[in-house]
Amino acid sequence: MGENKTDTILSIRGLNVSFATHDGEVRAVKNVDFDVRPGETVAIVGESGSGKSQSMMALMGLLASNGRATGSARYRDQELIGMSERRLNKVRGEKITMIFQEPMTSLDPLYKIGRQISEPLIHHGGLLSAAQARPRVLELLRLVGIPDPERRIDSYPHELSGGQRQRVMIAMALANNPDILIADEPTTALDVTVQAQILALLAELQSRLGMAIVFITHDLGIVRRFADRVYVMRSGEVVEEGATEALFSTPKHAYTKMLLEAEPTGRKAPPPANAPILLEGRNVEVTFTIGGGFLAGEPLMLRAVNRISIALKKGQTIGIVGESGSGKSTLGRALLRLLPSDGAIRFGGRDISTAGREEMRPLRREMQLVFQDPFGSLSPRMTIGQVITEGLLVHEPSLSGKDRDRRAIEALREVGLDPAMRNRYAHEFSGGQRQRIAIARAIILKPKVVVLDEPTSALDRSVQKQIVDLLRDLQQAHDLSYLFISHDLAVVRAMSDYIIVMKQGQIVEEGPTAEIFDDPREEYTQTLMAAAIDVTKFRAAAPS
Amino acid sequence: MTDHSTIAAREVLTEAGPMIAGRSLWQDAWRRLRKNKAAVASAIVLLLLALAGIFGPLVAPHPYDRIYPQYVRTPASLEAYPKAERIIPAFESVVSRARVETGSAEVEGSTVRMPISSSEALDPRIVRYVDRSDLFENARIEELSADGRSGVMVADVHRLRFLFGTDSNGRDLLARILIGIRVSLAIGVLASAMALLFGVSYGAIAGYLGGRVDGVMMRIVDILYSLPFIFFVILLVVFFGRNFILIFIAIGATEWLDMARIVRGQALMLKRQEFVQAAEALGVDNSGILRRHIIPNTLGPVVVFVTLLVPKAILLESLLSFLGLGVQEPLTSLGLLISDGAANIQGATWLLIYPAIALTVILFALNFLGDGLRDALDPKDR
Repeated sequence: MGENKTDTILSIRGLNVSFATHDGEVRAVKNVDFDVRPGETVAIVGESGSGKSQSMMALMGLLASNGRATGSARYRDQELIGMSERRLNKVRGEKITMIFQEPMTSLDPLYKIGRQISEPLIHHGGLLSAAQARPRVLELLRLVGIPDPERRIDSYPHELSGGQRQRVMIAMALANNPDILIADEPTTALDVTVQAQILALLAELQSRLGMAIVFITHDLGIVRRFADRVYVMRSGEVVEEGATEALFSTPKHAYTKMLLEAEPTGRKAPPPANAPILLEGRNVEVTFTIGGGFLAGEPLMLRAVNRISIALKKGQTIGIVGESGSGKSTLGRALLRLLPSDGAIRFGGRDISTAGREEMRPLRREMQLVFQDPFGSLSPRMTIGQVITEGLLVHEPSLSGKDRDRRAIEALREVGLDPAMRNRYAHEFSGGQRQRIAIARAIILKPKVVVLDEPTSALDRSVQKQIVDLLRDLQQAHDLSYLFISHDLAVVRAMSDYIIVMKQGQIVEEGPTAEIFDDPREEYTQTLMAAAIDVTKFRAAAPS
Repeated sequence: MTDHSTIAAREVLTEAGPMIAGRSLWQDAWRRLRKNKAAVASAIVLLLLALAGIFGPLVAPHPYDRIYPQYVRTPASLEAYPKAERIIPAFESVVSRARVETGSAEVEGSTVRMPISSSEALDPRIVRYVDRSDLFENARIEELSADGRSGVMVADVHRLRFLFGTDSNGRDLLARILIGIRVSLAIGVLASAMALLFGVSYGAIAGYLGGRVDGVMMRIVDILYSLPFIFFVILLVVFFGRNFILIFIAIGATEWLDMARIVRGQALMLKRQEFVQAAEALGVDNSGILRRHIIPNTLGPVVVFVTLLVPKAILLESLLSFLGLGVQEPLTSLGLLISDGAANIQGATWLLIYPAIALTVILFALNFLGDGLRDALDPKDR
């Protein structure tokens, strides 16, 4: 980038984005300036709702129908804001391209990937037929590292893994040699190991093809490793900008400092050695049957959890880590007897492996579950007061409405929410608040064991930290035992005193937290750690 | 994209200060609906039509089953009947039946007078010939001579208004349309309510319990689906005779199948949602989950479907009445009136036009309201 540092190919000045809603106009982006120079990587960092995606959507003309953009966005000599759809189409998809967060939904499931990649070639590249585009498509697939491209070109999106789909998206974006590639959280939905591969691919492609990359993310680890310059956004405004190294070593704005310190810290001490075992599973197996049934032939058996033994002591937190599809959530649900399983499960010394729904009901209050998605786990038609006290209806039916209300107030206080809000509905709360409500629902019953299924994955880092602190405080106050399921190693490390690493339904490695993190024995654990830590560490390792 | 904007909107909302009263999705939907002018206008129109259907027949000038033999197929008119030129010939014709000598008749305001005489004494009972007509009332003989052989027949002209005209039996069309609106709306609402009650619970149970229960329950629905509707209605009519209640049982019994399928689909989707799993993890039993979680969350699409079901039921009833399987004379429905009008389209267009307008307005209003509700309850737009 050395020789023409002063040139900017994209210059955004005074960009405003607002949305007309029923609560009046909401300003998502307020008067921001960005510059992108040829061949550099610019990161836009911020938490959800900070307007980082909307500012880029605005210049691509992709705002929702109630959105409106004003200000100026110049690409070379062309003003993008207010440009007609037809002229804009000449720029987007050809000179400025975009890849999105969700590789599962950004490809059309009905078309083969070869056809989808050739589409921008035919539209913009001047190639006439799909047959003529085919060699270029193969070249692109090779470029983004899809193995066996001759075969893969005729695959449908569902035949590819998440990482491969994201590679296909990148191939589509690169089809016409763009000047600028806008990557909107391209790795957030991927497992850490795949995430590392995609980032490496992007870096390599950039050095070969020389396009500029605008990287929108909430993950500072990625920014640090990947970006040349950083813009930090908060509630629609750019609060700080600067070269990556300078910004990370001497952050000026309080919000940037807060973001940098948002990594969950602290370690959990193991429970006393003589602590009683509360929940124990021996050779637990969960098998899913796919298909089969009347006239449908032999069903396919999928063993999601394969002979796993686990013992959770009182006051202990066991972290279960693994990539998606490793069976960690299934294991958690099987141990709570929410899924049928084989093998022995004991709770408080009692064998519950054959207990039916009726037998389990009285035990439910002692073993609770908190889910990943704070948007899906609260019923939209109930007030949060009703949500929280539903368990009391089942387990303490003698309580009067007033007593239930009192308990709801207590529980909300305990999770740090204002009890005056208990008549509101879930959609009026932010993600972090909803997760607190979900936790309140679990602890109002005074459980002994709580299975936390990725409770922080859907949250911003700073909120994550608060939830981790809250969970820790509650554990101390009530002597809770946690089964903490997560793919986020930083959070697991802060929360648990014992770790189980799972892969394809089996335990790869287990041991005390420090041991697993500092001295992983198995190769799989090592790759997992390397991928996670590589991203979080300073970019010393990256080639300059 | 919308996610971000709504999250931003929420943030603004919470910063605005404590708002203790919650805003449920229903209140949200209600606010949204109020902004939709077409839907609000439709709701008002429907309300007015419903009121007209309920109270209209009570206040209408003519009972819906009163036959006026002199006013068969009278065109719609704002003027009162009988018209001036018809009074004297009609009076002459009724008085002549009394077999008395008649003079020339004249009209004075709302009374008509005619000198009469006879070779014998006038029988005072001959006034009945006049009273029997729909055109005159309060007939009397005045200025009776001393020998009783001559006098003046006096009668008040009975003025009637038929705003929408009369049908081929001489019944007031306005009164019949009002009763038709009552019957059609009642069938629409009752049949939909039946489909709603039965279909929602059936579908929710099948979808939530799943597995074999779902299989058996939905196969039953499939079997009922395969029965042709008209055949089913004829069968019912053959067994139970023609009966008002039977019609909405017949319509409700076929329409709940659609409802059950829609709700089952919703329930299948909802039971995978984490809040249902969370309720299961709390140990809530099946009926609690169905009542508190599944059914309330299916209501959005269900409400929309109901607003589309009501016009469907009205149309089905019209079809049945058209085929002669529906309500029985003298009671009527919009469908029957239209079928009647279609038969008389050559000579008496008003018999088709007015009932058709009434039905069209109802259907338009229901469809606009349904559209408005769907938009208001659509979570994607939130």
